Amino acid sequence: MILSCPLPQLDFDVINLGHGSGGTLTSKLLEAGVFKLFENDLLNKKHDGAVFELNGKVAMSTDTYVVSPIFFEGGNIGDLAVNGTINDLAMCGAEAKYLTLAFVLEEGLKMTEFWDILLSIKTASEMAGVQIITGDTKVVERGKGDKIFINTTGIGKVHHKANIDISNIKPGDKIILSGPLARHGIAIMSERQGLKFESNITSDTRPLNDIVLSLLEQFGEAIHFLRDPTRGGLATVLNEIALDAKMGVDISEREIPVDEDVRSACEMLGLDPLYVANEGLFIAIVEASAADELLWTLREWEHNTDASIIGEFTNDHARQVLLKSNIGGRRVVNMLAGEQLPRIC
Amino acid sequence: MKYVTEYRSAEIAEKLLAEIKQTVSKSWNIMEVCGGQTHSLVKNGILNMLPKEINMVHGPGCPVCVTPVNLIDKAVYLALNEKVILCSYGDMIRVPGSGMSLLEAKSKGADVRILYSPLEAVKIAKENPDRQVVFFAVGFETTAPANALSVIQAHHEGLKNYAILTSHVLVPPAMEAIMSDVDCRVNAFLGAGHVCAIMGMNEYYPIAEKYKIPIVVTGFEPVDLLEGILMAIKQLESGVYKLENQYKRVVESEGNKNAINTITEVFEVTDREWRGIGEIANSGYGVKEKYRLYDAIKKFDINITGGHEDPTCMSGDIMKGKIKPNACPNFGIKCTPAKPLGAPMVSSEGACAAYYHFHSMANLIEA
Repeated sequence: MILSCPLPQLDFDVINLGHGSGGTLTSKLLEAGVFKLFENDLLNKKHDGAVFELNGKVAMSTDTYVVSPIFFEGGNIGDLAVNGTINDLAMCGAEAKYLTLAFVLEEGLKMTEFWDILLSIKTASEMAGVQIITGDTKVVERGKGDKIFINTTGIGKVHHKANIDISNIKPGDKIILSGPLARHGIAIMSERQGLKFESNITSDTRPLNDIVLSLLEQFGEAIHFLRDPTRGGLATVLNEIALDAKMGVDISEREIPVDEDVRSACEMLGLDPLYVANEGLFIAIVEASAADELLWTLREWEHNTDASIIGEFTNDHARQVLLKSNIGGRRVVNMLAGEQLPRIC
Repeated sequence: MKYVTEYRSAEIAEKLLAEIKQTVSKSWNIMEVCGGQTHSLVKNGILNMLPKEINMVHGPGCPVCVTPVNLIDKAVYLALNEKVILCSYGDMIRVPGSGMSLLEAKSKGADVRILYSPLEAVKIAKENPDRQVVFFAVGFETTAPANALSVIQAHHEGLKNYAILTSHVLVPPAMEAIMSDVDCRVNAFLGAGHVCAIMGMNEYYPIAEKYKIPIVVTGFEPVDLLEGILMAIKQLESGVYKLENQYKRVVESEGNKNAINTITEVFEVTDREWRGIGEIANSGYGVKEKYRLYDAIKKFDINITGGHEDPTCMSGDIMKGKIKPNACPNFGIKCTPAKPLGAPMVSSEGACAAYYHFHSMANLIEA
């Protein structure tokens, strides 16, 4: 969703080097585009940093967004930059409270595009209940960047019942995947390749903080570990966890939800959905006895009706992920080698 | 997905497997020619489900794997020229050349673009009249029609800045080369379904006859492969050798006439070097004299001969079916998809990559 605020009068229709100079153009851009749009008590002080209090256990995460193209079905680099960092905090069991927001803009970026991105950032941060409290804007010469890069750093309080730690995982723990795979990567790829499928495949970018915090409230320490399978996809994330936990993982192809349109697109593009990026999904590794109830609770959420128990941890084949294929064969699922899809987020 | 889901049915697969187990009485080596089939066998875990009497031997049907290193060097040479936009299918860009891969050339500033269709390259040529656009046209008979069409299209539009660097190879001569090898231990072939969808089946009757070997033209889904294997085993067990078509929903005996006409308009059959295998007579396509302006080899002065292969890479023996990828001492140690010694570890159709991605190092399958 993009708000329909009109573009403020900024005298220029594209970004130029002056907008990053720290002088009057920067100030004008920030006044009209940033301070007004994201106003809150901390940001309004317009100081070099923000001063605030946070008590108890705190989580912090940072990420830089370089996705190309910057606009795609279901989102743009702006909401991706907000949701991505909020979700990384959610995977720590934390509710994002404050975000920093830093831009590297390329000379020549259309002001209308920048404005649309700012509006998406506003919408995404409001939806997730986070405040943008400090930031930075730099401009690089034409050809030295690619329209816009965004860095966000988030900070949030860890839920009092959360105990998310890889050392909590034990054999028999179930792996729950929160929804259908590969939507984000395929949305980007079809945009990039100019491919149109029968239905438009939209990115799954969305904040996960509400769902995760409500699951933590209800299930507490039965949730042993959380991860969002972004770059590298589900296969890479499961391999990383198997390696760190020094345990094996068994998953079943039949239980892994992939939407029909996404599956067709993957086959056409020669991609394996297990390795394609997601932006609004998570895997929860949970106590076996709590798995069914957690699954049913999760499925009540709007975007999680297809959530599924896709497998479990085992003492066998340590550090290796094995998949039972639809026809009953078994194979290894390795980590992604190289880059399947560059600049996906 | 109609015509797909039923070919992924666990129930049908189970029935076919039971029938295979019932039919087989001695050991057979069956070569699936196409790399797409190799990947499907490994990805679906079929190799582990087959009875031990059946040994699947992985064939040379990966175009990226057999593209000679010299041609990759030529592509890199062209790409490093700032006037050139070098377009390629994705798989090709990570394959090591003598000095570097196209990906490394790209990181050094070469304009290398990954495309899904050569017609996009024609479009790029049109949009960049001051640059030379070269499409790295690799593939078997399957990609030949699209590559030929790009030349016809460029010619039609009067483009002077489009050319293809061609490395087309043909399946039947490769099958003959495998059968002529004294060490050959292949008892039957699963023919490459998509190649036959273009070319039809007629080229394969003489091979079945000459080498007295069953050939079953086969598709790519698990049920296709199991059915193809069953058909081959039935022939082998009853001592017959003939050409059969498992992939009837796609392959017609005469092939696709329009596609064949497009190929023959632009290409002619030539001798070709196969990486890891050597030169095979009449085993590839070259651009006809009529379209010489679109042949990058003739258009540009590229003085690159020979090529350096890593001497420890065993891809030749792997592609001829003499050894399994995981029997190579470099497999997974000195040679991985991130740092490959040879092309089969790179391509999505390469046997080494299939084993690496879907197999345990600790071997679910015996080497």
